[in-house]
Amino acid sequence: MHGLVNKSIQCFLRYTYGEALWTRVAVRAGMRKDDTFEPLLHYEDALTEAIVVAALGELGRSRDVLFEDLGTFLASREALRRLLRFGGGDYLDFLLSLEELPGRGRLTLPDLDLPGLALHEGRGGHFLLLVESDIRDWTPVITGLLRAMADDYGALVLIEMVDDGPDERGKISISLLEARYATGRSFDLAATPVIRSPLTLMRVE
Amino acid sequence: MTVVSMVAPLCPAECIGMSVEAIGKLMPMFLLVAGDGRIVASGPTLAKIVGQDIVGRPFDETFEPRRGWWSTTGDRGLDPDAICLGGWQIMPGRRIHLSLRQHPDIILRGSAISREHNDGALINLTFGVHLAQAARDFALTDDDFAPSDLAMELLYLQEAKELVMGELRALNHRLEQARVQAIGEAMTDPLTGLANRRAFDMAFEHALERSRVGGEPFALAHLDLDLFKAVNDSLGHAAGDRVLAIVGHILREETRKGDVVARVGGDEFIMLLRGPLDYDGISQMGERIIARLEEPVPFEGQVCRISGSIGVVLSVNYLCPDAQVMLADADAALYNSKRKGRARCTIVA
Repeated sequence: MHGLVNKSIQCFLRYTYGEALWTRVAVRAGMRKDDTFEPLLHYEDALTEAIVVAALGELGRSRDVLFEDLGTFLASREALRRLLRFGGGDYLDFLLSLEELPGRGRLTLPDLDLPGLALHEGRGGHFLLLVESDIRDWTPVITGLLRAMADDYGALVLIEMVDDGPDERGKISISLLEARYATGRSFDLAATPVIRSPLTLMRVE
Repeated sequence: MTVVSMVAPLCPAECIGMSVEAIGKLMPMFLLVAGDGRIVASGPTLAKIVGQDIVGRPFDETFEPRRGWWSTTGDRGLDPDAICLGGWQIMPGRRIHLSLRQHPDIILRGSAISREHNDGALINLTFGVHLAQAARDFALTDDDFAPSDLAMELLYLQEAKELVMGELRALNHRLEQARVQAIGEAMTDPLTGLANRRAFDMAFEHALERSRVGGEPFALAHLDLDLFKAVNDSLGHAAGDRVLAIVGHILREETRKGDVVARVGGDEFIMLLRGPLDYDGISQMGERIIARLEEPVPFEGQVCRISGSIGVVLSVNYLCPDAQVMLADADAALYNSKRKGRARCTIVA
């Protein structure tokens, strides 16, 4: 697994539930107390799964809810939020650019294996997003991410995972009720040095 | 081989009539200039950065011609294939550069085609490598770029690249710290904090190489503790360890910064003394070390007493200093000190 994924999970758990919980999760998963993930290195997939299982055990939450929260957390990181906002000027443009997301990911980190995304446009602002990956957890992550970005753009959107059983491709139903419902967060194309100064992708503030 | 086009070729004379507004949607950075050099129209993004009131004014009031422009009155004369714009000429389809007189550090790149009736040119411009700066200086948004423009990708990449570079820098920093720590641990005797045999061998080899090529001379001092075995046997290993730690402290204090002091055996030490030295200086240093080693060390209500014997050789006494020979000679000098009744320093002059 790409270190960026592991580092994201680590930062999410530390930021949301605190250092003590992360330490318990890490030790349960077989890591040493002070071990930390390097976001540009690779790790065994089994270690990632062990971290997830340990976190689920500690928190007593469902797997989908945990990953949805992870997606929301990721979109709230300023550096990542900005990269996502390059997708388009409003939420509709952002949705329409989702299929380019894996390509954009590869532009940045060629070894980061993001899921394939296919957007099917229905009537009246309804969309179905297909998430193609061997890792099923991407679907709730993307769901959380889309929800957080809707807030970021100030759009009124209903976003739900479609449960089609374990073997199906992940499906997310998106109903765009109003693209410009509220004032979203601002986004300057060229970030000021203040915004750009935390250069790490996943720094815990 | 002849390539046959599957679509009917356009009639060479076909013209696409379209409004200035329509062209502006496709090329938001276009500039339409008449043959006399006056601006006829500009795209919305260009208007946003230089103002609307440039229409009707000579283009070179706002833009400074850079690469690809030459004067109609210069040595090159008038080129029949060139487009004339006031006092300037450019070649159609060739790369041209214009800087903004208000922002000379932003240089626009583009190319021109001839306007209808050979009266001036339609120029399409881009920010090129100055894109990020222009986006910042002029508060550009997604809407200011044509959908076919790669500007958004370029801005995205620049930002993503900086993030990844930041991570790489942080990773390199952490790896470097870990490397320095690992080297330190691999080179240090944990009990005394002195160098270990490996670190000494490296420093010794380096000193030998330097002296062989006429560099700095050095002295090699071999120290063996006297009566240390008695402390270990009577008071236990904890007492012995305490004594060794104090010996390490004394040796560090009595040597200079550039010297290397290593623990190379249970109660055996080697010192590589670098820099300016003479017989008397080394002799005094040896006596000082021995005197301090003989100071009693209290340990759990008991007192540990040891001393030390030293043998010293100087690199200047060798025609071609060799590690094995020098170590053997220092060892012989050390046993000479022991034979003479211990607690002394023998220097081979």
